Amino acid sequence: MSNRHTSSSSWLYDAQIRSYFFQALLLLGLVLGVWWLVDNTLTNLQDQGKNLGFSFLTQNAGFQISSTLGTWVMGYQVGSSSYFDVYLIGIINTFLVAVLGILAATFLGFAVGIMRLSSNLVIKSFATIYIEVLRNVPLLLQLFFWYFAVLRSLPDRRNKIDIAGEFAGVNITGLYLPAPVPQDGFIYVFCAFVIALIGWFSLSKWAQNRQMQTGQTFPVFWAGIGLVVVLTGVVHAAMGQPLSWSIPVFADTGPVLRRGFQSGEGMVLVPEFIAVWLALSLYTAAFIAEIVRAGILAISKGQTEASYSLGLRPGITLRLVIIPQALRVIIPPLTSQYLNLTKNSSLAVAIAYPELVSIFAGTALNQVGKEIEMIFMMMAVYLTFSLITSVFMNWFNARVKLVER
Amino acid sequence: MAKKNSSHTQTSATQAAFVRTQDAPLLPPPPSQAGVRGWLWRNIFASMADFSSLSASISSLLVAGLSVFLLYFGVTQIYLLLDFSLFSAVFSDPDGLKREVCWTEEQGGTLPNGWHAACWPFVVAKQKFVLYGAYPAEELWRVNFTVISGLLGLVWVLIERLPYRREAGVLMLTAYPMMAYILLTGGNSDTDSSSIFVWMLIGLGFMTIGRLGDRGFLGSFISEVSSVFKGVGWAVIGFTVIRGINAVDFGLEPVDTRDWGGFLITLVVAVTGIVASLPLGIVLALGRRSKMPIVRILSTVFIEFWRGVPLITVLFMASVMLPLFLPEGVNFDNLLRALIGVMLFSAAYMAEVVRGGLQAIDKGQYEGAQAMGLSYWQTMRLIILPQALTHVIPGIVNTFIGLFKDTTLVSIVGIFDLLGAGQSAIADAAWSSPVQAMTIYVYIAVVFFVFCFGMSRYSIYMERKLSTSRKH
Repeated sequence: MSNRHTSSSSWLYDAQIRSYFFQALLLLGLVLGVWWLVDNTLTNLQDQGKNLGFSFLTQNAGFQISSTLGTWVMGYQVGSSSYFDVYLIGIINTFLVAVLGILAATFLGFAVGIMRLSSNLVIKSFATIYIEVLRNVPLLLQLFFWYFAVLRSLPDRRNKIDIAGEFAGVNITGLYLPAPVPQDGFIYVFCAFVIALIGWFSLSKWAQNRQMQTGQTFPVFWAGIGLVVVLTGVVHAAMGQPLSWSIPVFADTGPVLRRGFQSGEGMVLVPEFIAVWLALSLYTAAFIAEIVRAGILAISKGQTEASYSLGLRPGITLRLVIIPQALRVIIPPLTSQYLNLTKNSSLAVAIAYPELVSIFAGTALNQVGKEIEMIFMMMAVYLTFSLITSVFMNWFNARVKLVER
Repeated sequence: MAKKNSSHTQTSATQAAFVRTQDAPLLPPPPSQAGVRGWLWRNIFASMADFSSLSASISSLLVAGLSVFLLYFGVTQIYLLLDFSLFSAVFSDPDGLKREVCWTEEQGGTLPNGWHAACWPFVVAKQKFVLYGAYPAEELWRVNFTVISGLLGLVWVLIERLPYRREAGVLMLTAYPMMAYILLTGGNSDTDSSSIFVWMLIGLGFMTIGRLGDRGFLGSFISEVSSVFKGVGWAVIGFTVIRGINAVDFGLEPVDTRDWGGFLITLVVAVTGIVASLPLGIVLALGRRSKMPIVRILSTVFIEFWRGVPLITVLFMASVMLPLFLPEGVNFDNLLRALIGVMLFSAAYMAEVVRGGLQAIDKGQYEGAQAMGLSYWQTMRLIILPQALTHVIPGIVNTFIGLFKDTTLVSIVGIFDLLGAGQSAIADAAWSSPVQAMTIYVYIAVVFFVFCFGMSRYSIYMERKLSTSRKH
């Protein structure tokens, strides 16, 4: 009896067995839970007369999408393009606004973050007010503000505000810009551009090696810019200028209904895009500014003092001593802000900018009614992007750690 | 001269008249450092006065130009905002004109042409809708009482000088949610009293088995797992008590959640989201740091899934797919669906915040607890979590600020929170005017700003306090 008692208590108290038992229980619970959900879903779908499947992707989509980069790339035609095209258009438009937003937010965020560290009270207070106001007001409200309050007060479609003379203009239908139109032979210009970039890269490698060996510096940046401009320009001229510009055309005479910007001339940025882009980049810039400030403050003052005592000027100190070290602190949270910006671009659904959530999980879902497939397809895009970002983060952290030693 | 002398007469150096016996009187600071002028110099002009080299001059000029531009830009923007919301705004509508009170002469009203400022009578007229939605007007005291008592309770818990803070905190986490639920919905859910009785008996049965097991009456196996029985017993009894109280008829008019709206929804979603996500987040954080591979993988996948998708897709999923996942007949209302989505979403973020706190705990704390013979749960409950959660209070507050702002997204799935209610107030033709949208946006922005800014100050204050208390 006492023997059995000790044996039973020994396995009860064995941490290994307990942990196996607990994990098995958890797994069992999970499997049962998932099975229950799947069973419910299948029953519910059967009751509604639906079935699972992705055949809807080849059906033709019958709704209008406002003209954006996505529709241009995919050549969208109502009635002949498929729902898969709609999915791709959504992805392209999401990434368009995300990439442009990231560029603008990074630029503005770094500027405001450095401004907040200025010893000049005017500059510092401006940056502080900017950050506090933009951070503490919901992004959706800012989006509504730009779209419904600011962009709606632009001139109507029969009027415009000129930007840069006759070359660009804006009214309630969007911002009209000159569009580049590549002609025959443009491919050579493009090749020249790529070759110049490669040249710039090898030049910087060469200059770096030379500086390591001899200590002599070389103005890589200006030489690189010069190389790109000259090489591309020469090829462009030699090929007989194969890149022409389509200038937006504005008619203020003729039949009233035809007045305004003419379609097909120039390039148009729809107001939805402008509102999303402005709201996303201004909002995220406030967060990036705080990250930049914290990153620079994290570098000890001794670094600046040591650099000054070596005789480096403040600008060079910032560029060669402080920022490279601060970047190590800045980049991980900065990446997660980029991820946030990309995810926040889904808010564009509220003003019907044709991005992934808006056209695929909104309009297309209403027409096709394949909730499960479509929402999972939509989530897969964001998840893939997050996964790629976190892989990059891990790679970067590992690299920075190596440099540290 | 003096130097020579001192070297000559070393012995009498102390008596020599040229050696100071007292400190020299302090000189006043140079005018460039003192007073208004010094302040201006240090804070404004010092940064643009370096002309020692070409590049320094260029940067001084750039700073000067930027300051002038920003001063002009900032001051004009602030003036425009103040002018819009205060100086030129219309504050009252004595004749009940509605939209015409905010029309210019061109539009058929009385205001001068080109007038563009806030139309506050519009906000006053929509006040009830923007704050409470369609909640019945004669029942508003219930909302007010819930919000005010919640605020008082919160202040009580946060101010350190008050007594019984711990007790107030426990009440805020147990009794207050019950009270809020009953007051807001009306309670009186149709629950069978016999089922409550049966569940109560089941709970007491578990407790009895646990107690008897403790004393060794039921054999060795039961005595070893008696704590499991007691835990289950407590859970069943707690759940039954909640159901029992909900079933009591307090004579309150039931209010459907479809009639809730405005700021009420914002508060309900944010507070429920954060309070419900905290325990779930703690469990997930512990799971992610667990040594059991299946637990760790499941927690990690769960956390990364919710963190990887935007909240909108979660809300879409909750409102479109949740009904498909549940058996027929079970149907949640719209608000509860959104709440579930928000809760799962914020639990993942909370888990990462808590995990940061767990990682900051010194390894010696775990080892010390182990050396004392504490079990895993005892270690966590008594040693690790109290320290970890205190560390991450600023992080929790920041998550809450983020969630508070993100509640605006529920308006996209058709729930009228503060922004959604404001947006639908704009559609009211009785108040239609060109300044309508701007007025309500300024109003909502101010409300959000006051709350979020206040909370962020609290988080900064806590951060300072915690970092000084950690320094020995």
